[in-house]
Amino acid sequence: MGGTGYALEARGVVKIFGNHVALDAVDFGLRAGEVHALLGENGAGKSTLIKILTGAYQPDGGEVLVDGQPVSLDTPQQAQALGIGTVYQEVNLLPNRSVAENLFLGHQPTWFGLTDRRKMERDSRAILKRYGLDIDPASELGAHSVAVQQIVAIARAVELSGKVLILDEPTASLDRNEVERLFEIIRDLKAHGLAIVFITHFLEQVFAVSDYVTVLRNGRLIDTRKLDDVTRTDVVRLMLGKDIAFSGATGLADARPTGEVLLDFTNFGRKRSVHPFNLTIHKGEVIGVAGLLGSGRTEMARIMFGADAADEGEVKIAGKPTSISRPTDAIAHGFGFCPEDRKAEGIFGDLSVRENIIIALQGKLGWFSALTRDEQMEIAGKFGEAMDIRAASLDMPVKLLSGGNQQKVILSRWLATDPAFLILDEPTRGIDVGAHAEIVRTINRLRDEGLALVVISSEIDEVVAYSSRIVVMRDRELVAELSGENISPGVIVQAIANHREGTPT
Amino acid sequence: MNRSLRPLVATAVIFAIAYALSILQFPGLFSTRVLGNFLTDNAFLGIAAVGMTFVILSGGIDLSVGAVIGFTGVLVAVLISWAGWHPLAAFAMALASAAAFGGLMGLAVHYLQVPAFIVTLAGMFLARGGASVITRDSIPVSHEFYDWISSLIIRLPGGGRLSFIGLLMVAIFVVGALVAHRTKFGSYVYALGGNSVSASLMGVPVARTTVGVYMLSSMLAALAGIVFSLYTSAGYPLAAVGVELDAISAVVIGGTLLTGGYGFVLGTFIGVMLLGLVQTYIIFDGTLSSWWTKIVIGALLFLFIVLQRLIFAASVRGEKAS
Repeated sequence: MGGTGYALEARGVVKIFGNHVALDAVDFGLRAGEVHALLGENGAGKSTLIKILTGAYQPDGGEVLVDGQPVSLDTPQQAQALGIGTVYQEVNLLPNRSVAENLFLGHQPTWFGLTDRRKMERDSRAILKRYGLDIDPASELGAHSVAVQQIVAIARAVELSGKVLILDEPTASLDRNEVERLFEIIRDLKAHGLAIVFITHFLEQVFAVSDYVTVLRNGRLIDTRKLDDVTRTDVVRLMLGKDIAFSGATGLADARPTGEVLLDFTNFGRKRSVHPFNLTIHKGEVIGVAGLLGSGRTEMARIMFGADAADEGEVKIAGKPTSISRPTDAIAHGFGFCPEDRKAEGIFGDLSVRENIIIALQGKLGWFSALTRDEQMEIAGKFGEAMDIRAASLDMPVKLLSGGNQQKVILSRWLATDPAFLILDEPTRGIDVGAHAEIVRTINRLRDEGLALVVISSEIDEVVAYSSRIVVMRDRELVAELSGENISPGVIVQAIANHREGTPT
Repeated sequence: MNRSLRPLVATAVIFAIAYALSILQFPGLFSTRVLGNFLTDNAFLGIAAVGMTFVILSGGIDLSVGAVIGFTGVLVAVLISWAGWHPLAAFAMALASAAAFGGLMGLAVHYLQVPAFIVTLAGMFLARGGASVITRDSIPVSHEFYDWISSLIIRLPGGGRLSFIGLLMVAIFVVGALVAHRTKFGSYVYALGGNSVSASLMGVPVARTTVGVYMLSSMLAALAGIVFSLYTSAGYPLAAVGVELDAISAVVIGGTLLTGGYGFVLGTFIGVMLLGLVQTYIIFDGTLSSWWTKIVIGALLFLFIVLQRLIFAASVRGEKAS
């Protein structure tokens, strides 16, 4: 046993949910005094792996070793006792209790069974000082900023575990200065010999603090590399997986007639969500949005639609300055939005196909001009046919339909409102091949009919196939706008990785 | 000031003002006699309210308290008067059955993931029904031990009397405050009320704490039942109907957040005293219907719920601004 030098190791770990293989023989090794980044798109298996390493899930195969010894981690407490501490994206502490109690809960110093609050607060002050925090340990945790709470969470994890620290997207809700401060703490902990797993979607951050990177895709280990040996482009290529040929442009790029300007976003942005961006959208144009998960794609869609209100910048519709602070404003201007999470944000599962299709139109008409049942049937029937929705009846609950048909229902819902501008967030995720083709065909047809569309997709080939222009998001910022012959997978990957990195090789 | 302290201070200030105004109108209210009776008359409510404080702090609710008081009264009376048990043995039996009863409710709340409201509602019907099945009538208790307990009185200057049960309530409050604020169990209770998911990730034994909380509440309700039996020297199946609601009122008026996580045991004590003051005032006045007690309690409750919303909403805004 041993000899690998790993503080924490997963060997051939397998995890199966139902008939879905979430992790397929994944190896992962972590040494003391190193920061190891774990990367992968949604559903790649990152969080499953983390849950196995922290004892929240038990593997169906393979083993977990701590200091070379096989262990069985049945609960998070066991993992904690073995020195593995975790800080989750959503700070999992108690905002209603004092900072000191959050550091010591479950391990309070006691004196004849009563907690010794004075000692606890004295010790807390000493601990917090090591992290550069000078706050009153008796103060309520909830009164402090998320960044401070995050540091308290790290301090707790390190105090209680002290060997391995797992940081699950710790920077997701921090601003740049706070991220920098967190990195100083990470480097300091690394120097003290902690083994650290760092999960993030931000490539810049991976390169800023990590020594190694492991990429997972579809539950498989793709590669583990030393970061000194790889470029951002290599990492993006590993993540997206396609052996993208760095060839020239495909299909559509050449000389699409550009219609008149429909929308003009200037310095449009929202704090902690998307950096201000400029974007002009013409009629009869599809803007593809490329970028990794967490790059701000969805956030951009949401502020365009008013689902989150922009707090700076302005938007002009057909040249006229307008305000879009709520979805109702957007709908009144002829916008439509098919969100990424179809089940939670798109369909009304228990309502019928008919009701799901007419709901946006009814919303637009207002309370007092209800559509009669016959009108509803006619509208639903028309779109059901046009979109080839495969449902036994228009009155069946939409949750019984397949993902692809649900997506068509949501598209129909917006088409029924006769929109001028549609935002589609990952319209083809998780649907079968046939429906996929149908949706791509619909996108093309709508563009030819003069609609403006913004389509977000992780499938680079797909974006290339139907976009007139492509904008690339990275770290919540619009970093590149590609058109003409620049619309090619190679250029997109390059732009996602780092546009300053030079030309592709 | 720590924001969870603010409702407590508000309660204390309101109590002080209300008491001062009452004294201005009826100077007789300011006497050791009245103060002593405050403790004695509210002893059973106070003891039950300590248990309720723990339950609410943990984010739960216990509707079975009044029924457990009634059941305990009947059980104790039956064991002493019919079966000839010594009162101490009967008390032990009552506390043990209450512990089992509360433990089962806690298990149901945790493992079946049924809302505490429903579980303890079922518990309420079970205990009240159980008491009524044993007897439909009031069973008097006459035992020399009862007489001896009633004779344990500290006489105060000015004609006041501190009874055993009044002092017992104060002792329960002191112990309750220590447990809530100075033990690991207490910190786990607050943790559960704050965020049970975080609490379990931080290693809080959620199951053990939940069971402990309901066990504690039922045992304190049984103790309240024993005190009630000492106070009335009888056991009656329909005794203490609705006391759980008085206890909840006292806890909320005492500044504990109904959704859990914030509050103090001392606040509950002031809450109980405030309810007692309202009742005493109405007795002193003599012309008011006793139902005015309910109206005042209703108004106070509403006031405190609004107050808490304002305090917590204001501090949330403050955080965002900073």
